[in-house]
Amino acid sequence: MEYFLELFFGGLTRGSIYALIALGYTMVYGIIELINFAHGEIYMIGAFTGLIVAGVLTALGFPEASTLVIALMCAVIWAAAYGYTVEKVAYKPLRGAQRLSPLISAIGMSIFLQNYVMLSQTSDFLPFPELIPQFGFMERFGSTMSSSEMVIVVSTILVCIGLTLFIKFTKLGKAMRATAQNRKMAMLVGINVDMVISATFVIGSSLAAVGGVLIASHIGQINYFIGFIAGIKAFTAAVLGGIGSIPGAMLGALVLGLTEAFATGYVSSDYEDVFAFCLLVLILIFRPAGIMGKEKTQKV
Amino acid sequence: MRAKLHMIVACLAMVAMLAACGGEAEKTEKKEEAPAPAAKLVLGVAGAHSGDLASYGLPTVNAAKLVAAKLNAAGGVNGMQVEVVAQDDQCKPELATNAATKMVSDDVKIVLGHICSGATKAALPIYLESKIVLMSPSATNPPLTQSGEYPNFFRTIAPDDAQAALEVSFAKGMGLKKIAVIHDKGDYGKGFASFCKQFIETEEGMEVVLFEGVTPGAVDYSAVVQKIKSSGAEGVIFGGYHPEASKIVSGMRKKGLDMPFMSDDGVKDDTFIKVAGEYAEGVYATGPMDFSANPIYKEAVAAHQAEFGADPGPFFPEAYSAALALLTAVQNAGSTDYDKVVDALRTQYVDTAVGKIKFDAKGDAEGVGFSVYQVKDGKYVEIK
Repeated sequence: MEYFLELFFGGLTRGSIYALIALGYTMVYGIIELINFAHGEIYMIGAFTGLIVAGVLTALGFPEASTLVIALMCAVIWAAAYGYTVEKVAYKPLRGAQRLSPLISAIGMSIFLQNYVMLSQTSDFLPFPELIPQFGFMERFGSTMSSSEMVIVVSTILVCIGLTLFIKFTKLGKAMRATAQNRKMAMLVGINVDMVISATFVIGSSLAAVGGVLIASHIGQINYFIGFIAGIKAFTAAVLGGIGSIPGAMLGALVLGLTEAFATGYVSSDYEDVFAFCLLVLILIFRPAGIMGKEKTQKV
Repeated sequence: MRAKLHMIVACLAMVAMLAACGGEAEKTEKKEEAPAPAAKLVLGVAGAHSGDLASYGLPTVNAAKLVAAKLNAAGGVNGMQVEVVAQDDQCKPELATNAATKMVSDDVKIVLGHICSGATKAALPIYLESKIVLMSPSATNPPLTQSGEYPNFFRTIAPDDAQAALEVSFAKGMGLKKIAVIHDKGDYGKGFASFCKQFIETEEGMEVVLFEGVTPGAVDYSAVVQKIKSSGAEGVIFGGYHPEASKIVSGMRKKGLDMPFMSDDGVKDDTFIKVAGEYAEGVYATGPMDFSANPIYKEAVAAHQAEFGADPGPFFPEAYSAALALLTAVQNAGSTDYDKVVDALRTQYVDTAVGKIKFDAKGDAEGVGFSVYQVKDGKYVEIK
């Protein structure tokens, strides 16, 4: 039972990180039906910004907890600026173009950002300081769940609740839903669609940056390539849950994280990805639109 | 027009943002065109010169340049000036074949490289077909030589199974009985782990309680760490490179698993200590023997410091020795004729930074081996 719980919380942590990134994929897809392949890179840039800011603050002698909060805020702002700029540079000019054009542009952006960080920073792995403090009250859980895992899971839950409320009840959230349903109609009733799309990118990027800083602090290392695999997995999670659906992305990410953890724990980590993708195939056979996706005829 | 202007401003802002955070830019290397004397001897250097594993490949380029400079100053090889030409493979097999093809089309006769076993394996058939002698300072996958398929391949580093044998006997010496063997599913890591498993199984009273591969680059390895814990292992042997090793070892220590962690020369790199920080303390890693007392080695390091202003990186002594062995063989053979060079490598001893060596019929250097190192106070220290 203890082993089960250990795996469960490990999977939950992993799923939470996937969820933070998957939300960005799914929101963007929901609104402009574009798979933003550069999203994983935004996650990576968030982590790098966190590292740089944390380095400066630690040198200045800030205490651990405030370093985490400030680094997180800076990472969010920086990554949001990147998300905004990427949209304006790479996707907006292609808004009227064929569907494949922005997709290619997204892949190009992803490669550009990776190489850009590699050249401007370094290609080596860098140590990331442990910013998440060790809470005394977590000690009784021993090896089942550490403080950093708890912080990751709790922040993800808070972020998800906050995002759901935001989408449901604020004016901008309503505008987003309207734009997602029908962009032309939304324009006709006076919604500034360009602004809504920008806001979507900004929010998605901020979430990814939160994930980037938290996971980097949890595992203690980053390099310019971490966004790729995390991005692919988060994208899988978004598809699993039904791309375009926000609760779907959260659910898909949790299912994926837990599947990977249990596959590793009870079968073999050699087949971790095999299980994850078998699950994806099975779900798409029985529910082609994903667990919570709405069926509608679309070409991708 | 305004929209265009907007975009340009946005573009600039984006570039400025990260550039502002600075960091060292990769140095661009310019090859100096020698004021071509009539004949020159081209020494190809292939390996990872960019990407994740560049820290393993770049020291080899420096080593080749230093050897070339030294021999050129003494009149060259057979009267020819040595020129170093580098090809990057990023340790990726698909790029390694490109690099090999480029070497063939440039009519290079001797090549120092490749760095990673997987890349070397992919490129070897191309070199063999064109009768190019290849010598690696770091590719330790045993079949590269032991299969006997590649008579053109030599190396100045001992193969993995030598390393695995040492690792297992060291674990036995510490009194460990139950061992978890983890690897990164790569040619190098899995090869090393399989040898360890094989050797452990033949040892009386020792058993492998867990044998698993992890996916390189996965977000975290907490599930594998839990599995190590529940397997009841007394020690962990890891086959692979430092990024995964540091993630696994810090995950283990954070979960309170303080059993010995042993690994291979892919982990015996200062980057591992830098990234794993305090968690690296006490980790064992096997790596090539320490030859810091060797005069040629000392000279090479001094030359490196004078030329590049830093201490040399991993595989530098092997690379220096390999370059020296290759060029001396050409000198002894009197030409770059394939059969003569191969024959010279196999029959004539040469003094190198790793000791006085020659190569056996399969291409392994006689008299090079491994030692066990442990991280103490942030440094690898050899255990006698």
